[in-house]
Amino acid sequence: MADSSYDVIVIGAGVSGCAVARELSRLEVDACVVEREEDVCCGTSKANSAIVHAGFDARTGSAMARLNVAGARMMPGLCEELGVDFKQVGSLVVCTSEESRPGLRELLDRGAANGVEGLRIIERAELLELEPNVSDEAVAALWAPTAGIVNPFQLTVALAECACVNGVEFRFNEKVEDIRRAPEGRWAVRTDKGVLEARVVVNAAGVYADELHNMVAAPEDRMDIVPRRGQYYVLDTAADGYVRHTVFALPTKLGKGVLVTPTTAGNVLVGPTAEDIADKEGVDTTAEGIAEVRAKSAVTMKDVPFQHCVRTFSGLRAHRAGHDFVIGEVDGAPGFVDCAAIESPGLSSAPAIGKTVADIVSSLLVHPAKKPYWQGSRKRIPDVEHMSLDEWAALIQRRPDYGRVVCRCRHVTEGQIVDAVRAPLGARSLDAVKRRTEAGMGRCQAGFCTPKVMEILEREVAGLTMAGVTKMGSGSEVVVGHTRQVGRGEAQ
Amino acid sequence: MSVDYDVVVIGGGPAGLSAAAAARANGAGRVLVIERDDELGGILNQCIHNGFGLITFKEGLTGPEYAARYEELARQAGVEFKLGAMVVDVSAGRVVTCVSGEHGMERLSAGAVVLAMGCRERPAGALAVPGFRPAGVYTAGTAQRLVNIEGLMPGREVVILGSGDIGLIMARRMTLEGAHVACVAELMPYSGGLKRNIVQCLEDFGIPLLLSHTVTRIEGEKRVEAVTLSEVDGRGRPVPGTEVTYPCDTLLLSVGLLPENELSRAAGVELSGVTRGPVVDESLETSVPGVFACGNVLHVHDLVDYVTQEASIAGERAARFAKGEEAEHARRVGIVGTGGVRYTVPQSVDPGRMPEKLTVRFRVSGVYENRAVEVRAGEKRLVRKRRPILVPGEMEEFVLRRDDLEACGDVPEIVVSLEEA
Amino acid sequence: MGEHTNTRHLTCIRCPRGCQLTVELADDGSIAAVSGNSCKRGETYAIAEVTSPVRTVTTTVAVEGSAERKLVSVKTVPEVPKAAVLDVMAEAMTVVARAPVRIGDVLRKDIAGTGSDLVATKAAR
Repeated sequence: MADSSYDVIVIGAGVSGCAVARELSRLEVDACVVEREEDVCCGTSKANSAIVHAGFDARTGSAMARLNVAGARMMPGLCEELGVDFKQVGSLVVCTSEESRPGLRELLDRGAANGVEGLRIIERAELLELEPNVSDEAVAALWAPTAGIVNPFQLTVALAECACVNGVEFRFNEKVEDIRRAPEGRWAVRTDKGVLEARVVVNAAGVYADELHNMVAAPEDRMDIVPRRGQYYVLDTAADGYVRHTVFALPTKLGKGVLVTPTTAGNVLVGPTAEDIADKEGVDTTAEGIAEVRAKSAVTMKDVPFQHCVRTFSGLRAHRAGHDFVIGEVDGAPGFVDCAAIESPGLSSAPAIGKTVADIVSSLLVHPAKKPYWQGSRKRIPDVEHMSLDEWAALIQRRPDYGRVVCRCRHVTEGQIVDAVRAPLGARSLDAVKRRTEAGMGRCQAGFCTPKVMEILEREVAGLTMAGVTKMGSGSEVVVGHTRQVGRGEAQ
Repeated sequence: MSVDYDVVVIGGGPAGLSAAAAARANGAGRVLVIERDDELGGILNQCIHNGFGLITFKEGLTGPEYAARYEELARQAGVEFKLGAMVVDVSAGRVVTCVSGEHGMERLSAGAVVLAMGCRERPAGALAVPGFRPAGVYTAGTAQRLVNIEGLMPGREVVILGSGDIGLIMARRMTLEGAHVACVAELMPYSGGLKRNIVQCLEDFGIPLLLSHTVTRIEGEKRVEAVTLSEVDGRGRPVPGTEVTYPCDTLLLSVGLLPENELSRAAGVELSGVTRGPVVDESLETSVPGVFACGNVLHVHDLVDYVTQEASIAGERAARFAKGEEAEHARRVGIVGTGGVRYTVPQSVDPGRMPEKLTVRFRVSGVYENRAVEVRAGEKRLVRKRRPILVPGEMEEFVLRRDDLEACGDVPEIVVSLEEA
Repeated sequence: MGEHTNTRHLTCIRCPRGCQLTVELADDGSIAAVSGNSCKRGETYAIAEVTSPVRTVTTTVAVEGSAERKLVSVKTVPEVPKAAVLDVMAEAMTVVARAPVRIGDVLRKDIAGTGSDLVATKAAR
């Protein structure tokens, strides 16, 4: 017997799963999201280029091309509605040799065929105006004004919060171990916590989506997802202004190159590599990988200010040989819907993926009614760093804890951290706080704010002590215990 | 024009407290220290080891005791304090904006501003160490706070990268609290720490110091499980084949301190690429008139005694500026380090404004034995001082005499170098 | 340190040079000669470090009844024999201070039988 029963279970709380969940939350359905990590946005969604592709890359006619272009169109409005940082900075594909020029033309034509608007090839003089630090070798570029940058943490959190507020249940720290048919055309999803049943299962499990798919698909319909590792450099906001747009290298026979892009938080991101690896948890960086990023960045940009490096990281893209998204009901497994192989441009496509998958689910559930009231917008946590001093002053009047700066590098206040903890699906770990507030993302990399954030978590989360605070869920405890037995005295 | 405070000091650590006390002692009316923490003393509060104040007080105080003495000094002098308040802006017109939970946002005009924000540690991320990014990787200072202030134990099996004094101190501290410190690795062929700390923090406990080594891999997805150390060549690059893996749950980093000058930069203060602190003159005045700097925000010090000495000069000159008693610059003579001298502070001197004797501090770029520190102005040698040994970790100084400098006539710059003794 | 030879090797801590000192011990344990030092201070250090090495132990003790802190820092006054450092630590870990604590308060007399006191270096209200 099932421990819990739903109309639909979404497996995976990355940006795709959360986008699906939000769309489903419009409907009168009983839905849950199952996530093995302690928070949303713990896999591919947290470690990528944080950009919105215009949509000229993907093969015309592919799901990737369609969903990318549609997703990029939806992104500005969605971010506005959800209070997520987004900037339509535009992107440049930089060509550094005359003989490669046809490549730009090819991208332009493909983009036009895919429905991307505003594409234009620009010459060196105009390119220099747009991007003063571009390589001396640059001869021309493809300018894509509809491309943008987005905060992937905020986007995923906001989608999930919105789904949660509208009735979708989130089950964290719960790992799916098996999926079988259950009576009456339902699915039984066995997890490490129990058995969940649903009419429809959505497989949005990122690099693990193949494992889930293969539990239900016919042997000839096997899926193989290869974790494709991408290593990156993050440069401090001191490098803000160095690059203004997302700068790609025009792929040549020597390879794909790396991108250099601003982030919504004012950092500069450089990467990624593309290494097919075996380990689905292999988010480690390597000396060779980061050296490659450094070397390749020089193809398009000069004097990249690597002296401002505050972090390097790796992310895994869920790559499949066919290089297209797999979205739809699995043959011979009615009610099991893949939302798989969501590699780049998955983030850009997420709004459209959410809509598309939710439509499939809706028809499988025979078109459930829309909720009479649905809260589609979300109020973001105020960001004191990017408001005027007067606005900040007014905010402190209402909320004194917005006057207590905890993260000095990013000016994140106690109020923001408290709000991140108290929000629906509130933060329970240092990384969860970081994703929601940017506390710890600055140049000191949480050196100063770690103890203070631990204190706030202890105070705000029932049953959590400082010694139990984790970086990213169970097993990642920040400390191993107390040095002394006695805590803060009771006499005040 | 009337101001809210004659002197506003940003930062309530040893530099800020000393500067504020000196400002009062030199006639500044209202002097305010703005401190972001809830108590004064800055980083000294967590430096519970002894050895502070050997120069100032002729005794080996602990950090909290040293801080308490300066707090008392400032209180006695009539300095005002604003705690739990973070300065978010300093304008070139010397309006200081700070936020606190208690008072909200305040804009305070100041006759003079003293920057005393201190420094921060270079984080692990800046080193781009290959491997994972789990819990258990901390800067030595963060670990020090967890242990000494919060009473929390960062780990049980520890590897430390960086043999600066904080790294050495934490090796002993973690050992005394029951952890096992496998080793301290140092990228350079020498340690930047004091000999006393190498002996009393490492040798006393049998902790190996591995010179010319660095961390080349961090293992562990959730929490550190092991780190790999490699030998490095003469240019600091890991030598393949020399990897040794240490199972551990904690990696502490003591790999450099960086003056925290975001406010200074925003205020338009010119910064030095070498010290990463403001460029200052003999008054410790920055390129923005009426804005002074002292302590680790100016350049990273090895001894707090030098911090408080330097800060009292900044406080005194800030008071003088606020009272309108400071003369205009007649000329600036640059002080230039060369031949092994990495930098000097101050970077310029005005013979008309300097005191009779001016202490100039500097650091060297490598280990030098049996050298002479030579200070020349044009053809004239102003100082020659023999030093049996100079190391990058220890700050050096010489004294410039006004009479000597004036006797040189119109020299453009003073050159400091290391010569054969 | 349990050596049964009649020489001891030390690193001098009096200056950054860090001279490698050799101390020759006579059969009766008295110091016969110090070598390797570049100055008089090295010799003085060597003799003290060989005959009666001492250390200041600094650590923290729990404090009860304080609204402002969980721990106060402490030090041994005067220094304790080097051999007693770990015993001093073990005992210090058991000490619980009661607020208010002032700098200089003796929180444990004669710690670990060394004759030294454990003294607060931080106040707690």
